Amino acid sequence: MSQTPTNPPAAKPAAGHGAKAAAPKLAVLTPEMQQLQQHFGEALITPAPFVGVLVNDKRRLVDVARYLRDELKYDSITNLTAVDYIKEGYFEVVYQVQRSTGGEPLTFKARVPRPQGNDLSEPLPSLTAVYAGADFQEREVYDMFGIPFEGHPDLRRILLWEGFYGWPLRKDWHEPYYEGDTKPFESRWPGGDHKLAEERVPWEDNVNYPPGFDPLSFVANPDAGLYDSMMHGVRVVQSDGSALTTQQNGTATAAAERNGGAATALDELQTDQIIVNMGPQHPSTHGVLRMVVKLDGETVTDLKLALGYLHRNHEKIGERNTWLHNIPYTDRLDYICGLANEWGYVLTVEKMMGIKPTERAEYLRVLMAELTRIQSHFWAIGFLLNDLGAFYTPALYFITERDLILDLFESVTGSRLMCNYFRFGGVARDLTEAQLAHAKELAFERIPRKIDELEALLTDNEIVRARTIGVGYLPADRSINYSLTGPCIRAAGVPYDIRRVDPYGIYDRFDFDIPVLYGADVYDRYRVRVMEMRQSLRIVQQCLKQMEDTRWGDIQAGKKAYNHRVPAGQAYGRVETPKGELGFYLVSDGGQNAYRYHVRSSSFINLNSLKEMVVGHKVADAVVILGSLDIVLGEVDR
Amino acid sequence: MTELTAELQNDPRVPEELRNNVFITTLDKIYNWGRKRSVWPMLFGLACCAIEMIATAASRHDLARFGWELMRASPRQADLMIVSGTVTKKMVPQIVRLYNQMPEPRYVIAMGACATAGGPFKEGYNVVSGIDKFIPVDVYITGCPPRPEALLHSFLKLQEKIEKQSLRNVPWYRPGTDDIIPVPMLGPDLVDMRRAEAIRAKAAESQNA
Ligand code: SF4
Repeated sequence: MSQTPTNPPAAKPAAGHGAKAAAPKLAVLTPEMQQLQQHFGEALITPAPFVGVLVNDKRRLVDVARYLRDELKYDSITNLTAVDYIKEGYFEVVYQVQRSTGGEPLTFKARVPRPQGNDLSEPLPSLTAVYAGADFQEREVYDMFGIPFEGHPDLRRILLWEGFYGWPLRKDWHEPYYEGDTKPFESRWPGGDHKLAEERVPWEDNVNYPPGFDPLSFVANPDAGLYDSMMHGVRVVQSDGSALTTQQNGTATAAAERNGGAATALDELQTDQIIVNMGPQHPSTHGVLRMVVKLDGETVTDLKLALGYLHRNHEKIGERNTWLHNIPYTDRLDYICGLANEWGYVLTVEKMMGIKPTERAEYLRVLMAELTRIQSHFWAIGFLLNDLGAFYTPALYFITERDLILDLFESVTGSRLMCNYFRFGGVARDLTEAQLAHAKELAFERIPRKIDELEALLTDNEIVRARTIGVGYLPADRSINYSLTGPCIRAAGVPYDIRRVDPYGIYDRFDFDIPVLYGADVYDRYRVRVMEMRQSLRIVQQCLKQMEDTRWGDIQAGKKAYNHRVPAGQAYGRVETPKGELGFYLVSDGGQNAYRYHVRSSSFINLNSLKEMVVGHKVADAVVILGSLDIVLGEVDR
Repeated sequence: MTELTAELQNDPRVPEELRNNVFITTLDKIYNWGRKRSVWPMLFGLACCAIEMIATAASRHDLARFGWELMRASPRQADLMIVSGTVTKKMVPQIVRLYNQMPEPRYVIAMGACATAGGPFKEGYNVVSGIDKFIPVDVYITGCPPRPEALLHSFLKLQEKIEKQSLRNVPWYRPGTDDIIPVPMLGPDLVDMRRAEAIRAKAAESQNA
């Protein structure tokens, strides 16, 4: 490290918080926003700072959303998050809606005043009735900021557990190991007299309890709300809203007893419905996902997801990290395709800084991202077979191929999974002759052959077809409403791929197709992935050829720097990862780290639709349907 | 061992037809020799490190060479827990429960920076700073993630450890050493029940202050 990071927060220059006193520049309205403004009047819709419009009366939010969906054809909500403007004294909830036919997303925002201490804020109306994809995202905002959503069908904490003390993404809430707002922390740098965090904090551990807390008399029941909501269908929220727990603190059994009185249609045969937990330790849930299924015999009649078993506080840590420091963390989001995630983050920051990578770097990015897509799909298909019951053997073949691609990653970047390869304005290293030869061998010889082999074994395989055709069906309009992205929505006949609908990088220079199928089932999701691998190969092949005209080693625009300052502003950038749309919503106050760092994760949002896909199928199919969504828990829980 | 065996081969008291068929060893040796080559790890992945664990078990690195091939999804059939990833507060009650359900003798490998000490996410409010805060660990491996070779190395280290154990003093044949670890509770924050008294005292203090 030759450059000196300045130490926060005293050394923060005028460009930081100080500049905020001057009114931030307002967004320029797009024609659609103007139309919205005309329809609802200039009092209701005003330009917001930096991007989007502000909806000034939160009671009209649902009307605005409905108008956007029905009249302006913004048919899915792509991103929903909140920002805590502590100085200004309000929370700003950011909604971004999207047309499935393409184009930039439209941003609208609403504000609620910040409450005192740990209280909940005023509620906002829930948009779940308009956009089903808002479901998990609203719960996440509730969980992280303590903003309740009125009318939400099942408003519980999603990543943390019911009863957790505090709202972690509020700016005045500090994690137990809190040391400062910005890295590098003083205990690490420049002195380096590092003390264990455990020795520094009052509880001698990474915990924090409210005053007067008595663990011996405390009765923990973090799942009560979950089981209750499954037994009743609708959740009861306490009228004072203080803790938002269910009124009856009963367990599933208690709830079942209560239900016994009021017979429902399903009770005709007097079959018992049972609730079964799959996960968080379960061989089929692709990590630490927990599916709670209600079963009638073997048929799934209801499904709820319990998430957060891998919630690693990515966003809170991301707001402490300096801009550059955060790149390796993005690797750990979706840890199967680290390189694809890095691109999303770097792209967004570049957007805010107004820089562009060099030609050579653009090609290297495409090369790495598309190889990542191929290896991720190999993995996804291998484990889909695993879920079908072909335990591990088919996966072995695909892992072999994947390892060959990882070899290339390793020799170029130094790591198999966590590559830390992208930089603002470029990439970290160029490929040597030998590495290029390796890439060519893979792209022109080995992988095409292996994909043919894979197809020969699977696509017409009778068992695969019998188990997957028609399973997990979700039609196009529902998929869009659920904000489904990635291969799953393309298997439902919607040609939605960020590389085409909102192009980035240099994808316009390559000749490739967006594969689309219409079955909207597990089989077509599998086939779309195979077709995409072939298209990615085409891109890689063209990329390797076109790259020859660029200058070797010219991989960084401007000077390399450790400490970046990003001008105050907001940006949403997104890329098409193998799992779907990965977006980053960043807010900068001009300092050396992000003021707000939000990850719009495709794995997380795709899970919204799982229930509708699974209900009515057998429990063994639930596993396959989950496999066909191809989630990675690091990205689901962040 | 071989000397003893050789001596035995020439001992006139041993009948001729048995001479090449008798081996002498210690009970410990034969016991550990068998155990160290039939360790069944639990099929249990937590985070990114689990991907490398799967790669270790797959074709190229081939865990089965060491007699460890059978990953069992049930803790009751497993001897080894590989804690392969970030341990979160929400997950740790389940991990402790799984550990309690494993029969003795049981071993734990802390794979990677996260399982060892919290790793890159240590400062996170939902992250436990290393699984050894709750369950005893036999082998730690560095790395984020450790390469498959590193995981294999940790297996060999664990084999060494198993080899050194003796029937005379292993805890699982002694009465009263069957320690069940109290499952942590998810209250306002994670509560390690072994520290409950101390936590109560401190929380009361902070209330009065
Ligand atoms: S040590 Fe690194 S690779 Fe392993 S789980 Fe932690 S963050 Fe992931």
